[in-house]
Formats: sequence, C-alpha cells, structure tokens
Amino acid sequence: MADIVFSILVRTIAAGTPLLLGTLGELITERAGILNLGVEGMMAMGAVTAFIVTFGTGNPWLGMLAAALMGALMASIHAFVSVGLRANQTVSGLALTMMGIGLSGLWGKPFIGKPLAVKMEPLAVPLLEKVPFLGPLLFRRDPYFYMSVVFGLAVWFVMKHTSLGINLRSIGENPRAAESQGVKVRLYKYLAVIVGGMAAGVAGAQLSTAYSKSWIEGMVAGRGWIVIALTIFSLWEAPRAFLGAYLFGGIFVLQYMLQPLGISPNLLAMLPYGTTLMILLGYGFSSGGRRRMHAPAMLGEPYKRGEV
Amino acid sequence: MRFESVPRAGTSRVLEILAPALSLLAGLAAVGLVFLLKGLNPLFALGEIFRSSFGSVFGLTETVTKALPLILVGSGLALTFQAKFWNIGAESQLLLGAVFSTWVGLTWGPSLPGPVIVPLMFLAGFLGGALWGMIPAALKIRLGINEVISTLMLNYIAAELVKFLVVGPWKGASKHGYPYTDDLPAQAILWLFPGTRISPILLVLAPAAAATLTFLIFRTRFGYEVRVIGENREAARYAGIDFFRTSLLFMAVSGGLAGLAGTGELTAIHHHLSYPDTLSAGYGFTAIIVAWLGRLNPLLVMVSGVFLAGIIVGGDAIQMSLGLPAVTVQVFNGIILIFLIMGEFFLRNRIRWVRRTPRHG
Repeated sequence: MADIVFSILVRTIAAGTPLLLGTLGELITERAGILNLGVEGMMAMGAVTAFIVTFGTGNPWLGMLAAALMGALMASIHAFVSVGLRANQTVSGLALTMMGIGLSGLWGKPFIGKPLAVKMEPLAVPLLEKVPFLGPLLFRRDPYFYMSVVFGLAVWFVMKHTSLGINLRSIGENPRAAESQGVKVRLYKYLAVIVGGMAAGVAGAQLSTAYSKSWIEGMVAGRGWIVIALTIFSLWEAPRAFLGAYLFGGIFVLQYMLQPLGISPNLLAMLPYGTTLMILLGYGFSSGGRRRMHAPAMLGEPYKRGEV
Repeated sequence: MRFESVPRAGTSRVLEILAPALSLLAGLAAVGLVFLLKGLNPLFALGEIFRSSFGSVFGLTETVTKALPLILVGSGLALTFQAKFWNIGAESQLLLGAVFSTWVGLTWGPSLPGPVIVPLMFLAGFLGGALWGMIPAALKIRLGINEVISTLMLNYIAAELVKFLVVGPWKGASKHGYPYTDDLPAQAILWLFPGTRISPILLVLAPAAAATLTFLIFRTRFGYEVRVIGENREAARYAGIDFFRTSLLFMAVSGGLAGLAGTGELTAIHHHLSYPDTLSAGYGFTAIIVAWLGRLNPLLVMVSGVFLAGIIVGGDAIQMSLGLPAVTVQVFNGIILIFLIMGEFFLRNRIRWVRRTPRHG
C-alpha cells in the first residue's frame, strides 16, 4: 500500500512540476499587469528546443538552458507588442500560442519517434535522501523539481519581503503611482514578461526531456492553458501555486489510474479541463473567491507614461 | 536620440486599408523567413501557397469551400470581439453544431424529405453552437470567470466528447471499425456544384450571415450596446445595459454561426461525424484572425475569410509537396496575427524622431 501511495505521489510531483514552473512565471507576469496567453506556445517551443538541443548535444542541461532562452525570446515578442506598442494583450498572447504550436510542430517533425539517449536523470541530495519516506520522495527527484521549488520559494519571498516585489505588485495595481515613486514601470514590465517566458520555456523542457524523453507534436496538450487558470486559482500568490500545480498533477495521474477500470479514455481525458472549470466555478460561487479573482487591478490594461 | 509615438488625431480611410495591408506583407515576409530557416526557398514556398489557392480553377473552388465556414465563424467572432468578449471557443461551438446536426440527420433523416430535414439540421447546428457558446457568457457575467479560459476548456472537452461519440456510442455499424458515425441519409446531404465541394446553400448562407451581422452590429440598438460594452464598460453600466442578456445573446449568435459552419462541414463535405481535426481544419482559431483582419466588420470579414482560406488551401498543398506537418498553418496564423496588431499601433500613432529626450513632469 505504501508503495502505491509513494508511486502516486512521485508521479503527481512529476506531472505537477511543469504546471508549477509555468504558473509561477505567469504569476510574475500578471503581477506586473501583463496578461500573457502565450504560455501554451512558449511551453511547446521550450519542449521542442530542449529536445532538439539535448538530442544534438547529449546534454539535457544545455537543453534546459536553450528552452529558457527560447521562452525569453518568445516572451520578449509579447513584451514588445504589449508594453512597447501597448497593443491588445489578449490577441498578442493568442498569436504567440499559435506561433509556438506551429513552429514547434514544424521544427520537431524530424524528431518524432526518436527517443533521447539521455534524459534529465534524478539527482539525489546527500543526507536528506536518507530521511524515511520523505527522503526518497522529495530528494531523489530530477533537477526540474528542485528548481521549481526553489523558484517558488524565491517568488514568495521576493513578493512579500523585498522592495523589488512591492514595486512589481504596485505596477500591476497602480502603475501611475509606481512611476511617481520613481519605479521604472516599463523596465519592470519587460523583465516580468521575460522571466515568465523563461519559466514557461523550462516547463516545456521538463515535459520533453525529463517527464518523457521524446518529442510528440501537441505534447503540451493544454497545460499552458491550465497554467493560466492555475494563476487565477493561485490568487497570484506563490504558496497557492504549489497547491494548484500538485492538485492538477494528481489529476493527470488519476486519469491514468482510472483507465484500467474500463472508463472511456476520452471521458478521462476531459478530467483536467473539467476540473479547471469546476475550480473556477467554485471560486465564482463563493462571494469571497469571486472578489479575489479580480486582482491585479490593471491586468491587461496598456500603460502609457504621462497619460492621464 | 530616440523614437517617440504621438497619437494621431484621426485616421484616414486610406490608412485604415493601408495599415492592415502593410502588416500583412510584413507578416508574409516573416513567414518567408521561417521557410528560409527551414532551408526552403521562401519565394518558392510563398508562391506555391498562393498558386495552389488562387492560381487555378480547382484551387479557387477549394478556397471558396474553406472560406464559407471561415466567413460564418468570423462574422460571429467580429460581434463578440466588438464587445471585447474573447470567444476562443468557436472551434468547439462548430463541433457541437456538427454533433447536434448529426443526431437530427441520423434520427429523423431517413423518414423526412430533404427540404424538411436539411433546414432542421441547420437549425439543430445553430442551437448546438448557441447553447455551447452561451455557457462561457453566463459564467463570465454571473460568476466572473474569464472567458478565454472557459472557452478553451470547453474546446478540449468538446473535442474529447466528439472522439468519445465516434469511437463509442455513435460508431457507425457500416464503418468497419473506423471512428465515424454512419453516413447521413442521401436526402440530408447537400447538393454540390459539379466538380467542386461548394454547396449553393452555403454559398448563399455565409454572405447572408455576414450581411445580417453587419446590420446587427452597426445599425441596431443591440449592436450599439455590444459596441458600448466593448468600448467602455463603465459607460455601459451607467447606461443601464443588461450585460447578462446582451452577452448571452451575442454568444448565442456567435456560437450559433459557428454551429452552422459545423452543419455545413458535416452535410456538404464529410457526410458523417468523425474525429474533430478531420471535421474542422482549425476554422474556429483561424476565424479569430479572419475577424481581426476584417477589422471586426463582417463585410470585410468576407474578404479576409477568402484570403485566409487561401492560406489554408495553400498550406495544405505545400504540406504535401514539401513534407511539412499540418500545424504549419498555425505558424502563418500566429505571425500574421501578431503583425496585424502591431500594425494597429501605427494606425493609431505617428512615430517621430526626438533628438533629445524631453524632460517629463
């Protein structure tokens, strides 16, 4: 029994890690008042880039790095269009997703059906791995897991306890006030979007070089959109991002566990998407949740310096 | 020395046409760059796209075939986008239209004559798309749920639902294990112009829908309310516009039109329900660009619909001749869309050089 629980938890963590990375990235982006609906595309590009680089060099770390850069590159398009040109963020994000899905399919096609020789392997943390149960569960995972946890803690700390975080939040709530306090609003916005893109790229890399070790067209499979929903679920706070990511990781695992019971795989495939709607419904029906769903105040609104 | 943007006082008619046209050209150039990176001659590839879609009679008929659903869906999206309601779910509204029509066609088709069953199927298609489309409207207005997420989640759910139906309960007895429903009875299938896949019914229906939607958006009180919601939510609230009723209505129309497109694909092209990506060549997503390129005006949507249909047809052609995956069309879509919204900046703003940065404040 303990073995089953252990294996479920391990798989939940693995499935939740890309969601956590993506959600933390989008959380930072949205805190700066920019909505980036391109996560699905950035994750797809991250996945294909990491795969190709790892395939070519045999080094999954280089794959991760390349995916982060690719995510940053994609995000900087969105940043330029939405911050620089103050264009419609919804449409720009959608365009980014289309581009990412298309380009990843185009570049990845020659690699379909060719698994990696080396993937990102688990890395044991000395001493801590010896702790009963928790050791093997939390300290014999792959580097993506450690990174996502450290990143999450860092986001939480920076947002709550540093002027950097306070500035970032104030930009999403009231950029004019922030500007008058001497905060470089546009610079913050650019950086926030780019960091968000890097996180999405790395999330994609996890999918193609750690979670699995092959490239399949469409392998992101809506996780980018679930990330957008999880960002709302998180109420733009890092601790709740952990909760949401692992909850959904668990749902992905549940989907596979229920399959032997003879339930149609198509109905099971609806689970994560249906749950996303259910969670938002739950927020919507509780008046407190509904009120809290509306942060940050200036999300999606273009900002122009000196405009009244 | 740096650039500075200054809002234009007003935009001229010429600029209104010129800005999207130039954006389109720049977008195509960027698409060419992608081909170049792929080791393909960009001029050849782009030329191939337009030659296969607009360069022959057969190509043209195929382009029109694919333009009709795009015009139907795009006109509806123009309406919801006017209200800044981001309906990304047209793809699944189309699927639900096809599902409803399939049920009507298979259940009642055998016992009813063509002139009765065909309108009934279109009615069912509209209903299916409308009902599926009204869900996100209700969720947004009553519960504050972001419509981009709800429409996308409903897309995934509807796609799985269709797959479930065609491999499960609706799997055709005559289809030898293939994931299709049985074919519709002959009287429920649309007549096509010989040698084409164009049905005269759809050829009339799509422009008629675009014309009706233009009237609805720009000439009726309802359309006015939709535009006010889009331009200034606060003003709309002060004016006492009923957000709930209006949103349900515009999503019923938008979803319904997508549903009609689904019926059209079913009865004119496929004759049975099959896998979602067989039924729709991503029309629900491409129509987003159709609506945007048409500046949210259904009359212009007719033009942009034909253009993007050409890109789908040409994309299919070079996919086969150059061995590219089907998602390649998404590259065109994404790049063109991003250039279009960039172009709007230059439509609204003038760019000028500033030699020395003026002090602010």
